[in-house]
Formats: sequence, structure tokens, C-alpha cells
Amino acid sequence: MIADTPRRSAPLQASLAAALALLCGGAALTIAACSPNTAQAQAGSVTIPIKNFAYMPMTVTVAAGSTVTWKNLDGEPHTVTSTDGLFRSGALDQDESFSFKFTKPGVYKYICSIHPKMRAEIVVK
Amino acid sequence: MTKDTNAHAADTPDLSRRGALRCMAFGGAGTLFMLSGGVLAPMDLAAAATPAGKKAHTGVPLFVQISDTHIGFNKEANPDVQGTLKETIGLVNAMPVKPGLILHTGDITHLSKAAEFDTAEQILKGLRVTELHTTPGEHDVTDGVGEEYFKRFGKASKNKGWYSFDHQGVHFVGLNNVMQFKPGGLGAFGAEQLAWLEADLKGRSASTPIVAFGHMPMWTVYEPWGWGTGDAEQALSYLKRFGSVTVLNGHIHQIVQKVEGHITFHTARGTAYPLPAPGVGDAPGPLKVPADQLPHMLGFTSVSEVRHPQGRTVSITDTTLPPRHA
Repeated sequence: MIADTPRRSAPLQASLAAALALLCGGAALTIAACSPNTAQAQAGSVTIPIKNFAYMPMTVTVAAGSTVTWKNLDGEPHTVTSTDGLFRSGALDQDESFSFKFTKPGVYKYICSIHPKMRAEIVVK
Repeated sequence: MTKDTNAHAADTPDLSRRGALRCMAFGGAGTLFMLSGGVLAPMDLAAAATPAGKKAHTGVPLFVQISDTHIGFNKEANPDVQGTLKETIGLVNAMPVKPGLILHTGDITHLSKAAEFDTAEQILKGLRVTELHTTPGEHDVTDGVGEEYFKRFGKASKNKGWYSFDHQGVHFVGLNNVMQFKPGGLGAFGAEQLAWLEADLKGRSASTPIVAFGHMPMWTVYEPWGWGTGDAEQALSYLKRFGSVTVLNGHIHQIVQKVEGHITFHTARGTAYPLPAPGVGDAPGPLKVPADQLPHMLGFTSVSEVRHPQGRTVSITDTTLPPRHA
């Protein structure tokens, strides 16, 4: 499987995207792309906040070629760890982000390796 | 220094075959293990806070367990985890008789960073104890392979995180349940480690006291938060035939104890910060408590051997940091 290199970004770099995502989440009822459990992004990037020990939302659908950025808003560190080993963020402390570009269609499941109860997936169309 | 004890011996084993053992009605504090004919049998007992307990502490310390030092953590639940670890080490060093070894049951660091391991190593060198044995916590291996952890602590286990050794007639088994997770979010040993454990224990006399130690609880303390080990049952099936098994872990930053047959389970406090009681609140995140309460929620566990007319006993004692004076 071909995949781009994971990239860690400084909190500031990701802050705009995260802020947009949160704003979008707040208006979920009116924006289909950000409904709580199935978000769909047509464009090239989406940000998934991690808050209260959960990836929000748990299922995100993106187009192939999209970059997904996760930002941890909890005081407790979390990871973004794909269950098949494709991507792995390492520990993300509060306000740290991790990005990964999904090039191939498929369903990519991931967990937090510190709190493996936390599970979610990216659906790439 | 506050001594605290938490005995909840649900199951008192049948001691009738051991005529020398008499139930000592101390009541209240600690778990005492009668060691007779090589069998460590748990009993309810007062230990630390009573004069009898003081006596117990003059026994021979077998080992000390520290856990969850989380070097690198800097949030408000404890902005000075280096300080509280140093304080803990001070208490261990002040023990009247030095324990022969110390077990660290994981989460040495908070984010698995090299600098955090360096700091932790430096502080742990302050321990005046000959041997330090460790098992990894999930915070130590967030890179997936535990590169920084095994670089420093991998030798004994050939970079696997599980291994065994003997000390004063006790067989110690260090286990790794944080590097592969079962569906459902519990910790796991995995098939390779379980096969190793079975082989390691095979052929050992049932009268050999066993101490098994690892990071995550080896029974399900609270499933919704993943506080357990999914394939622990299989590991315990290899341990059940032994007359005395002590299973020690960290991970949950608080003491929970139970006894099942000849197996005593005991979780240690951390030295960094407390976590909520199982199911209290939304998530198992660091618990912010008033500053004067924090020291009482941090500390270490010591296991001592005591000789007395009835035989040899082993007691588990939990010690907390001393109160702070504003």
C-alpha cells in the first residue's frame, strides 16, 4: 500500500484547521459534512478533534488524496494508531496534532494505544 | 509518613493443613502472608498502622514496588512529578533495612520521549537499591515498538518486556500487557508471551512463591475504561497450582486488592497523580485534588518478610508521601 509519510505539525499550524472543525461541529445539524457520526469531506483536508477520550466523530469519510489531521484537546495524551500499522502518531500531548494523507480507498480503523477503548475509523472513497 | 493498608481478603485459604498457622486477629490493616513450608498464604491482618505493624516493618524487606512515575507529565494534577518521585525515593532509601530489589511496574514516562526517559533514569539512580526491574506501561511505548524504553530497560527481557528471575527463593515473573490490545480495549499478553509463561513455570515446585508483576491489572477492575487484561485468565491458569502467588500491577494509580484462592492481586499507587475511582466521572484522566490531599494519594508498595514463632510471613504495605506543610 502506498501512503504518504505521516507528518507531525506544531499546535499553531493546525490550530486554524482545528478551529474550523470545531466550528463546523457546532453547526453539525446544518452541515451534512459534519454530522456527529458520519462526516464527509469532499475537499482535501479534515480535522478530527480528540476530546473527552473520543475521536469526534468516530467515522469520517473523505475522498482519496485527503489529509486528515487529528488534534488532541484533552489534558491526557492520546495516540492515533492504525490497527493495521499504516499510521501511528506516537503520544500527542494536549494541543498537539498529527496528520496523515489517505491515498487509497478503504476503511482505516484506528485506536488510541494509551486508551484502546478509544476506536474510530476513516472511510476513504 | 502515612501508612495505609488495604486488605480485602475475600477468600481465606484453608489453613487447617498448616497446624503452625494461627489466625491472628489483628484486624484492620494490610495483608499478611504466612510463609510455611514455602507456602505463602494470605491472611487478614493489621499491619502498618499498629504497634504490631511497626514490628512488621522491622522484618526483612523483600522488595519495593513503585509505579506510574509519568516523568514528563506537567498538568495541574501534579506539576512536579519529578519532585514526588524523588520524595518517594527518599522514603525507600530511608527504610531501616534496604530491600534487595525494586520493581517499577510501568509508565516510567508520560509520552515515551527520550528526554523523559533520561530524566527518569537519572532520578531512579538515586535509589539505594541494588536491582531495578521494570515492565513497560503503555505510556512508555507509544511509538509502537518501545524504542526508547527497550534501549534502556530491554536487556533483561531481550526487548520483549517479559522475563523471570529468582530472588531469595521467590520466583519473579515480569509481564508485558501493554503492547497488543484485545478487541474491546483491554490489555493483552498475546500467544507468544503466554507460551513463554507456561514454559517458564512448568517444572517449578508448587511450593515456590511466585510474584508476577506487570503494568495493567491482570483481572478486570473496570471494563469500560479498559482496566484489565483480556487474556489474563490463561496466564492465571498457569499460576493457580502454586501455593502462593502475588500479582502486582500499576496503571490505575490507586489501590485495589483482592484475593482468589492462593492468588493475591494488588494494584499500586503511582508517584505522579491520582486517577478517579472506577467509573467515577467520564474518563480515566488525571484527578485534580486539593494540594494537601495529593501526597496521601501517591506512594509506593513494600513487601516484607517477617520471622516470628509461627513461621515466616510476608506483608504488603502501602506507604504514602508525607503531608505537606503550607
